[in-house]
This record gives sequence, structure tokens and C-alpha cells, in this order.
Amino acid sequence: MTINYSEKIPNNVNLANDRTLQRALEHWQPHFLQWWHEMGPTDFEKAEVYLRTATSVDAKGWATYGAVHMPEYRWGIFLADAVPERKIGFGDAMGQSVWQQVPGEYRSTLRRLIVTQGDTEPASVEQQRLLGHTCPSLYDLRNLFQVNVEEGRHLWAMVYLLHAYFGRDGREEAEELLARHSGDSDKPRILITFNEPISDWLSFYCFTYFTDRDGKYQLKSLAESSFDPLSRSCRFMLTEEAHHMFVGETGIGRVVKRTLEVMKELGTDDPARIRAHGAVDLPLLQKYLNFWCSSSVDLFGSEISSNSAANFANGLKGRPDEEQYEDHVLRGATLRMESPDGKGGIRTEDVPMLNALNEVMRESYLKDCEIGLKRWNRAIERAGQGFRLTLPSPHFRRSIGAWAGLPVTPQGKLISRAEYDKRLPDWVPSESDRAFVRSLMQKVAEPGKMAAWVAPPERGINNLPVDYEYVHLA
Amino acid sequence: MNAPLASGRIPVTFDRHPDHYDHWKLAFDGPVATLTLDVAEDRGIAPGYKLKLNSYDLGVDIELHDALNRIRFEHPEVKSVILTSGKSRMFCSGANIYMLGSSTHAWKVNFCKFTNETRNGIEDSSAHSGLKFLAALNGTTAGGGYEVALACDEIAMIDDRSSTVSLPEVPLLGVLPGTGGLTRLVDKRKVRRDLADVFCTTAEGVRADRAKEWKLVDHVAKPQQFGDAAKARALELAELSDRPGGKGVALKPLARKMDDAGYRYSTVEVHLNRAARTATITVAGPEGAQPRTPEEMLALGADWWPLRLARELDDAILMLRHNELEIGLWLFKTRGRADAVLAADAALEQHASHWFVRETIGALRRTLARLDVSSRSMFAIVDQGSCFAGTLAELLFAADRTYMLQLPEEDPGAPHIALSAASFGRYPMVSGATRLEARFCEEREPVEAARQAIGETLDAHDARALGLVTATPDDLDWEDEIRLAIEERASLSPDALTGMEASLRFSGRESMLTRIFGRLTAWQNWIFNRPNAVGEQGALKVYGSGAKAKFNWERV
Repeated sequence: MTINYSEKIPNNVNLANDRTLQRALEHWQPHFLQWWHEMGPTDFEKAEVYLRTATSVDAKGWATYGAVHMPEYRWGIFLADAVPERKIGFGDAMGQSVWQQVPGEYRSTLRRLIVTQGDTEPASVEQQRLLGHTCPSLYDLRNLFQVNVEEGRHLWAMVYLLHAYFGRDGREEAEELLARHSGDSDKPRILITFNEPISDWLSFYCFTYFTDRDGKYQLKSLAESSFDPLSRSCRFMLTEEAHHMFVGETGIGRVVKRTLEVMKELGTDDPARIRAHGAVDLPLLQKYLNFWCSSSVDLFGSEISSNSAANFANGLKGRPDEEQYEDHVLRGATLRMESPDGKGGIRTEDVPMLNALNEVMRESYLKDCEIGLKRWNRAIERAGQGFRLTLPSPHFRRSIGAWAGLPVTPQGKLISRAEYDKRLPDWVPSESDRAFVRSLMQKVAEPGKMAAWVAPPERGINNLPVDYEYVHLA
Repeated sequence: MNAPLASGRIPVTFDRHPDHYDHWKLAFDGPVATLTLDVAEDRGIAPGYKLKLNSYDLGVDIELHDALNRIRFEHPEVKSVILTSGKSRMFCSGANIYMLGSSTHAWKVNFCKFTNETRNGIEDSSAHSGLKFLAALNGTTAGGGYEVALACDEIAMIDDRSSTVSLPEVPLLGVLPGTGGLTRLVDKRKVRRDLADVFCTTAEGVRADRAKEWKLVDHVAKPQQFGDAAKARALELAELSDRPGGKGVALKPLARKMDDAGYRYSTVEVHLNRAARTATITVAGPEGAQPRTPEEMLALGADWWPLRLARELDDAILMLRHNELEIGLWLFKTRGRADAVLAADAALEQHASHWFVRETIGALRRTLARLDVSSRSMFAIVDQGSCFAGTLAELLFAADRTYMLQLPEEDPGAPHIALSAASFGRYPMVSGATRLEARFCEEREPVEAARQAIGETLDAHDARALGLVTATPDDLDWEDEIRLAIEERASLSPDALTGMEASLRFSGRESMLTRIFGRLTAWQNWIFNRPNAVGEQGALKVYGSGAKAKFNWERV
């Protein structure tokens, strides 16, 4: 198969003259398209979707809008502009020049970091592949597909790194990224969270709000990497990732807005009546937040981690926005941390900062998560309602780390196992809650129309009106 | 946690029972037993580390050792054993690195040796007792996790496109996969040398498809089929077994009394002399009528003398090795009647193919093999009232030297020794040679001469003539000779003695197991002592802290 590289694959990595990369992509690209066809939003291949495509990294080219059939989307390979004379910004080798090639001694670790990051990108496309059938509007449907194609591009970005810098091993890993499938018990995705299906739009909004925000933090920390191509890849991905979180934050915001309207209309905060009216009551939304937030904080890993220490000290993975800190080496620094004492209580201990970086990242992530909650709560407050949405304790419902499997309430209190089991359906969506949410998921595909459980967005895409036909269904 | 002794010392003990395992689950289903590793991370045997990711320490291995013995004795219906993990997507990540990093050198060596012996025991039971082992790697398998799998007859691995099998010791920790990993890779599994080189330097390991291609594993299966496939293969392996089923023999707790002066069991007594740095290990022969038929032996069960001896001596060796590092010289004595030992021995010989007898012989074989690799000097003292006959004569040949009291011929108290078939193949060393063959450097003549003496009662003169004892002082010289020999021995460098004894004990042939022990003691222990591993900036020390190891690049 011959590919007209610059036409088919927009790039700024000199693909047209890189024989090694061409060879790798010639093999991989048909497999990617096959994967998209089988595991992506298959039933919408003929739809014309108003999508933005990155055709270059400058202000003009990174968001080129137009209607396309998704299988013809031009997945490109872009690195953010190089920072001249860039130096390693943290860890034991701080101040030395960054690496343009993979140092042999870090080959295995860098490969793992890239594969783990890369694995999440197609995973989310797979998780969301059936959502199109229950879209609450064409505007939302377009946003879903925008997220999907960009996750696809992020897969390309990681595959580029594997192809360009990791030789045969890298090519094999790139194939494996297409071979593992979300929720496939025979070949699951690497991280557990990415094997949960996303079967309703409330979950989709939560996923883009919480789980994609984890992605943002991972990308930010990899953007600090001394391996310059990885850093540049991730920096460019971050510009796209922002939209995904926008979808989550405005999505949940629109649900809140609609619910407040219904509450006002009915003059009640009775969940049963709100549900009967086809809207999502705030306690139910809280359960979804609890579920997705707790499942996403697991992605940061164990509270105390030898990998985090090695990755930081070796300059492979920094803290998000490393420049905001004063100490970039962290030898001798400690972090006070609460952990279960194994006897039903909590103990406080000082942990070497290098080993506690997952926790540092988790904390700043949760702070970032608070921003949306503030906005939603302000809307609730303005509507004169007393309910407030909150984030669950980072110790709630954990499956990884020191708190894994412990009966902790969303408020962070250790309780008895029996009480926890009894009260869990009050904290995360029960089967009947999920059934109710599923019942709301009716496809609305008329331009400008919205499902009854969600308010219209304040504005459309790229200055177009909200009632623009963002997706032309074939 | 064990109770402290009067001195305040808390000894490591090896008494375990499946009802109280922290780390393993032992389940039975017809001819297949399943041993499931599910490590409780807060239950390390020593403080200061967490057993994350199904990693293990000595405590985990002590339970495995116990579990294997339960299967051998309590479950004659079991023909094959599946070794697998109770964790999701993680089989075992090997020995706990923080434990290794924080342990003393002696602790590491003892730990590795015991781990090795337990794994050799798996192969021993496969070769001799018809117990077949299948490692079912249901998730990521690294380092010691893969080494324990290597000790099994076959290895099945899950093919979930993520899980890998690896020996990351060299690239990650700057040490070796030293408990059999390197040696079994080439000796047992015949992995091509260059592929083994790649495998052993690839920290992330290889996934199932390549693992199969490189002969690192035998079977691969997808997650949905994996459990069934492992079960089916275990049932096929069970077909190879001749274990008969029926009622087993309960291994009741050892009756051990312990204080700062030593340990006392029913057949073994250990007396510690800390000032002289010696332990006197006195083994008692059987008393009263001994069973002659398997039925009578089964009726006695764990009280049957040969089994009691095996279990108690095994425990005593382990207790001494792990708790009494400075006791450098073990003195073996026996008490009892030689004819009673020989009678018990004859019964063992006659019913050697009965499963219970076979297992008991196996336990004795493995216990005696522990002596061969114990880093202690061993003298056997053949004095009045002793009964170094048959099986107990093996103590003479396990010892580095043997002193036998010579009394006038007419003295009714003169000690004698007696040989039986036991010394001619029943309890081979791990090299495959008998202790007598090793003693005579595998020269045929002296071994044959000794064989001709089976059934005879040998006094000091006869024993010396046959080369079975080192020296035979008479009663006037005895006390002083023994005292001087002991004091002199105890004054020598313990390191030099360990190396010297190990070199002399294993003359002649080598086997995979001697290579494993030899390389563990030579290479791994050398590396364990080098700054590149254990210096302030050694790989093992800095692991997990984020710091990079600083190597001295000189090749030595």
C-alpha cells in the first residue's frame, strides 16, 4: 500500500523522508483503520461530522473545521514546537540537555510509560462506541465523535513514538495497542478503569470530566519528560485534551441546569418526582460523581510507589507544571501522609517525597476537579436550592494502593464492612439508578433539539449556532 | 509472631498449619491439589516492608514448604498440583526487594537456600513420589515468581496480551535470579543461550506468545479458557502418577521444647554451647517393637520413628541455620540400639514402594540433603551407647569428619556402626551420588568394600579399615582428642570453612541442583557482598528510592 504521506497523514515529523517511519506506518495504518472500523463508532461511518482536524501545530492549523466521514479523518502526527536548548527540569540529572533519542538504560521504562498511556486512548473509543445511538442532541453527538477521533489521534501520537524510537519492540507494542480491547476478558486493556463500558451519557460526561482529567495530568507529567519527543507529543495532545474536559464540565453543568429548571417548575426537590419528570435528581448525579471520581483517582497508582520515585529521579516523568515548584530534585523531602494502620484506624507517617509523587499528583488533580463543582454549586445556590455536590474522599472505594478494599465512606471515615456494604448503594449508582438513567437515554437527532434531561449548551461549536446540523446522519 | 525465649530472642520457627496460612490457600479436588498464592502484604515475617504484588519472603516460603508436606503425607489421593495466584493479573513478582535490601547477608543466604531447597523438593517429589506440578501463571510473573514456576514439571501461562514473564534481577536490581532461575532456564528448559541472555536482561519480560516460542513456558491459553486449560492439563499430568489414594497421615504439630539451651524433640535433642559455638545434635533410635507392615506404619502415622526423625531433624537443622548463626560446628551423636535402627531400616527397604514409606524415605532424603548444603562444620561422634546404623549411618557420611571411640574388643560397651542398603542409593545427595560415593570421590573399590560389609557389626578398627571414620582414639585419648578437634575447628574462619566444606562435600559429579547451589553460593553471594549491589548506592539498596545505582565499572 502506498500512502501519500503529507496528504493522508498531516504531520510535522518529516514523515515524507523518514523511511523507517514509513515502513512502520505502512504496516500499522491499515490495522488502525480496521480497528476503527470494528471497534470504533462503527454505525456512524457514513455520517458527516463537523470535526476539527489538526493540520499543523500553529494557531491557524491546529483546529481546522469541516464535515468529514470519520473513517476518512486525517489522523496526524504532531509534536509541539521544540523549545530551543531545552534542559532537564527535574530529577537527578536536572540541568543537563534533554534527550532526542531514548537512552538505552531507560528504554524499558519509557516504553512502558508510553504503552500504558497509549493503551488508554483507543480504550476510551471502545468504551464509548455505542453511545451514538442514544445521543441527547446532534451537538453532543458531534462532541462525542470529536473526542473519539482525537483519542484516536492520541493513539497515533504514542504509536509514532514507539515506531520512531523503539525499533522492533516498538512496532510490536504498537500492534498490541490495537489487539487489546476494552472489556475483552481475553485481552483486556491494561488499566482496569478502561475496561468499564460507558453505556450512558451521564457516565460519558463524568468520564470526560474525571477520567480524561486524569489523562490531562498524565500528559502534563509526561510533557515534563527529559525524552524530548515524548514531551513535545504530550504538549500538543494537551491542547486537544482540553476540549474533552470541556465536554465533561459543560455536560454535567447542563444536566444541573436542566434539573434546577425542573425543580423550579415542580416546586420540589423530591427525587422521585424529578425522575418522574424525566430529569436527573441531584443526589443521583452525586452518586455518578462518586463513582467516576473514585474510579479515576485509582489511575494515579499507589500512595507509596517505587516507580514514581524512579521515574522522577531519572527524569522520565515529572510533576504536572513542574515549574510551579521550588525543589525539583526532592532528595530528602518528605510528605506527611495518612494511611490505614491495619487495625481499623488511621496513622500519619512521613513518606519520602519521591515515593509519594502519585499522591502529590492525585492531590493537585482533585483540586482541579473542584473547579467544576464550584461552578455547578454556584448554579444550585443561585437557584435557591440547598443541595451541594461534593467530591468523595480519595480513600473512598479504592482498588489500588493503601486504601484498596477498605470500607471508607465518601466523607473519608473508616466504618465496618457490614455498614459499608449496606450503605454503598446510597453512594454509588445502584442497579435501579442505572436502569433509570438508561431509560432517559433516548436518541435526539434533530438539529437544535435536546433530550429532556439536559439543557442546551450556551453556544455552538466554532461560533456556529446551537441548532447547526453538526452531524449529518446518512 | 513467635514467643520470645527467656533471653528475649525471638526465634524463626517453621511450624505452620493450613488453617492458619497467611499467604497460601490449599484446595483439593480429586487427584488435583491447587496451591494458590495470595500474599497478605502486611504479614511479612520481619518488620519494615510490605509484601506487595504477591512478592514473597521467608514466611511465604515456609508455608509453601509446609503445604508441600501436607500434600505428600496427608493427601495420597493427590497426583498433580497446580501452583497459581489468587491475585488478579499478577502471579508473583518474586522475592520482596525491600526485604532483600534491608536484610543482613546471612538472612539473605538462609532465605535463598531454604527457597532453593523447597523448589528442589518440588522436583524431588516429581521424580520420586509421582507428584506432578503445573505452574499456572495467571498474570505477570517476575523473578522468583518465575523461578518457582521453573521448578514445576510444566508451566502454563495466560495469554492476555499484557502479562509477561521475566527475570528482571540483572537489569533492575543488579543481582542474579539466583535461586535456580538462570540454571533451570538452560539446564532444564533448554532455552537457547542467546535467547536466555536477551530474556535475562529485559526488565519488562516477554508476553505469552514469545514465552512459548522461546520455551520459557509450555502452554498458553486465553483468560477465558485459562482456568479450564490448567485444570485439564493437571488432570493429564495426574495420569502419569502412581499415587494410590486412600487415607493420608496427619502431620501433627512437632512436640518441640525450646529454651536458650536448645531444642528437645522426641527423637532429636539439640544442646547449644554458645561459648564453644557448638551444637550437639543427639538422635535417638527407635524404641520398642517397630511396625513391619505398611498397615502398622500407617496406624502409627506421624509417630512412626522414621517419619518423626525426618521431621524433627529437618526442623532442628532449619532452627539452627536460621537462629544460631554463630554456632558453627554441629556435633552429631546417636543414642539407642543399632539392631532396632536396622530393623526399622529393613522395613523401609522392604516396603519402599508403598506410598507412605516412599514419602517417608523422601522426607529423610531431603532432610539429609539439607545437611550437605548447611554452612556449618559437622563432626560425627561415635561414642558409647551410639547407634550409627542404617539410615543413621548417613550422618557419619554427611559429616565432615567422624570420630569413633576405640575400646578393647572384649568391652561390651564398645561402640559399633553398621551399614545397610540405606547408604547405597536410598538417600542420594543432590548431585545424584550417594554420600559414600562422594566420600570416596566416586572410586569403586572402597565403595564396594563397604557394600560387602552390609550386615556386619563394625567396631572402630573395622570402620577405620574401611575408611568409614576419620579417627579412632582410644578411651585414654578420647576426651582430649575430641576437645582439641572441636576447639581447633571452632577457631577457624567461618567463611573459609564454609567454602572449603562445600567444595569437599561435593566431589565428583555435578547435577543441575549442585550447579544451582554452587552458583548461588559463589556468584550470587559474591554479588550480594559487592558494593554494586549492597553499597550505599548499590542497585539493591537504592531500589525504590528513585536514585540510580552507582556502579564501579571495573569488571572483576
